[in-house]
Amino acid sequence: MSNAAVTTHEQQPDATGSKIGMWLFLFTELLLFGGMFLLYAVYRAKNAGDFHYASLNLDLVTGAINTVILLTSSLTMVLSIGMLERRDRKRSLYFLFATIVLGLVFLVNKYFEWSHKIHHGIYPGSIELTGRTSGENLFYALYFLMTGLHGLHVIAGLIVLGFMAKMVATPARQSVPVSALTPDARVGATTVLVEYAEHDTLDQRKLIRLENAGLYWHLVDVIWIFLFPLYYLIS
Amino acid sequence: MNYLEHQGRYKGIAGWIFSTDHKRIGILYLISIMTFFSVGVLIGVVMRLKMLWPGEHLYSAQAYNAFFTVHGVIQIFLFIIPGIPAVFGNFLLPLQIGAKDVAFPRLNLLSWWFYVAGALLALTALFSGNGPPDTGWSFYVPYSLRTNTNVTLAVFAAFILGFSSILTGLNFITTIHRMRCPGMGWFRMPLFTWSLYATAWIQILATPILGITLLLIMAERILNLGLFDPARGGDPLLYQHLFWIYSHPAVYIMILPAMGVISEVIPTFTRKNIYGYKAIAFSSLAIAFVGYLVWAHHMFTSGMSDFARALFSLLTFLVAIPSAVKTFNWIATMYKGSIKIEPPMLFAMTFIFLFAIGGLTGLLNGALATDINVHETYYVVGHFHYTMFGGTGVGLFAALLYWFPKMTGRMYNKRLIVTSWVLFFVGFNLLYFTMMVMGWLGMPRRYYSYLPQYHIYHVVATVGSWLLAGGIFLFLGTFLLALKKGAKADANPWGAATLEWKTPSPPPHENFDEIPTVTHGPYHYEGGHPA
Repeated sequence: MSNAAVTTHEQQPDATGSKIGMWLFLFTELLLFGGMFLLYAVYRAKNAGDFHYASLNLDLVTGAINTVILLTSSLTMVLSIGMLERRDRKRSLYFLFATIVLGLVFLVNKYFEWSHKIHHGIYPGSIELTGRTSGENLFYALYFLMTGLHGLHVIAGLIVLGFMAKMVATPARQSVPVSALTPDARVGATTVLVEYAEHDTLDQRKLIRLENAGLYWHLVDVIWIFLFPLYYLIS
Repeated sequence: MNYLEHQGRYKGIAGWIFSTDHKRIGILYLISIMTFFSVGVLIGVVMRLKMLWPGEHLYSAQAYNAFFTVHGVIQIFLFIIPGIPAVFGNFLLPLQIGAKDVAFPRLNLLSWWFYVAGALLALTALFSGNGPPDTGWSFYVPYSLRTNTNVTLAVFAAFILGFSSILTGLNFITTIHRMRCPGMGWFRMPLFTWSLYATAWIQILATPILGITLLLIMAERILNLGLFDPARGGDPLLYQHLFWIYSHPAVYIMILPAMGVISEVIPTFTRKNIYGYKAIAFSSLAIAFVGYLVWAHHMFTSGMSDFARALFSLLTFLVAIPSAVKTFNWIATMYKGSIKIEPPMLFAMTFIFLFAIGGLTGLLNGALATDINVHETYYVVGHFHYTMFGGTGVGLFAALLYWFPKMTGRMYNKRLIVTSWVLFFVGFNLLYFTMMVMGWLGMPRRYYSYLPQYHIYHVVATVGSWLLAGGIFLFLGTFLLALKKGAKADANPWGAATLEWKTPSPPPHENFDEIPTVTHGPYHYEGGHPA
């Protein structure tokens, strides 16, 4: 505590540990969606005809465009990480922005898709739906539930990416003036050494964080890749 | 300078609630969890009090429904699930594997904050809206969707608590994989650590299913999706499946760490290496794995196919095997050991006794023919409390007795503990054994009143509940007393062999003055002394 600079120097970030933690978290996300995929499987098995019929009403073109958008955003995410690995902060930031923009476009498309459906009186508990078969009811209930929760994950992902952009944009080399250190830490610590130590560790940490954010983004993408065929391609 | 005196970034109370030190977080959990446990006990006593006489008196049937729901929600989600892992896991896991802290200290603090947030939301649910939930802790549809009481907020609280549990599990797995000290191979880890490892996997693999189940209740109540409404094509049975896919493995989240505690206490007080170390370690993993596949034994009377019921019955019997392996190994450890009955050992032996009753009576629930007879009766309530309270609760008490000197540097009054144990033990068996008897005779659970022939059993059980509650509060009071007046405890008051006893009591801020190197197994005794 008394010599903060030295302890920072000692603590090597555990890249593998962070990755393990992130992957475990992703498992829990998959299982969260797993519960809903289970419901989908049971109800579709029971109401295959109704599901087929209901699926005809979804807009295949918008769905397909959104799939392409999310897949592309995963590519830009990987490129952003790759650029940071090469210490090219500027390009890393560009690709990160591209990812964020693609995510936003996805949400806008989704918004139009949803409002189109709601405009036609198709939403959970609506009078229009109550008049239709129970299979269609279940299809749309699950459709709004799963794409809605997926949408929330996209928003969460975008917020994370926003923080990442701020992190990448901040210069890695922070010069710590000797006057800012406590008297204890000043002993034996030249300005150059402190700067150097900060430089290395900070970069490493940023890379780990960006990679983990990327993993989360890919998860959001992967879930959509399952949602797309299950709702749009079964007719 | 030990962790209690260590001056971090903040002073006073902020130095605790914003501390990322795993030991301080463990203590935070201890205080919060024991507070809620006491509240849950009091609600239980109030419920039993009503049962002294049949008919309507003391409070309304609606209030009784709320009491058994709130008692269940508090004791399960706020006490017994986080219980041992969050308190003792946090405090001891890094100490037992020779690490300075857990892998993600800030995430660890966040999980305590989630716990507090969930607890506060749960409390808000009790005192706001149209009154506390009255569905039972399992929130079964369709009633949980139709009741006007504050179910939405209560399930949201449980959802947040689930987050806390997941983050703890994730943290522990990463810590065990990455932060063991030099020489600490997988088979040199203490068995408590092994049990935390198995528990953490269930926390990660099962809790998300609870998360989505609770979200579905909220979505149904707010958006009216109709996913579980038969009139709109939904299936209420699917809710039960989703609920128990989590909630059955959850009982292993509760019991496995307690078994880990017993595996620590018994070698220490018999001065012997544990019998069948690997068998105990692997049986934890086996319980975690098989326990994931038995959930539908809660639904034998719900209307499943005979094939499904027979299959789940078989799997349920299988999960008894690793539990029995542990029990026999504990007894084999004691055989020809130099047994010293100190308070932790007393409670560890109580665990074996009560858990054996709970486990064996569980087989009757696992068998189809008998389960249909005793389903939804007091028999199930009695059995459940034998395993969860007699098992996990007593395990947690044993852990508190065993590690309290390490956590605080103080020793408690052993005589008072033994007195509280007598009250506890007598009260416990009067209460829960009587419950099993009257359940066997046909008394249904969750009923506000009863027929005259059950009167005597209810009286005995209620008297038992007074002794039990008296024992519990004397037990807890002894620790409060020890904080003020307890004698100083040295680094290793029990003569234990695992790593946490090789550092001072209470441990220094960074756990060890020097990161230890391990050269042998965790329960290594030579001539009756830890090596």
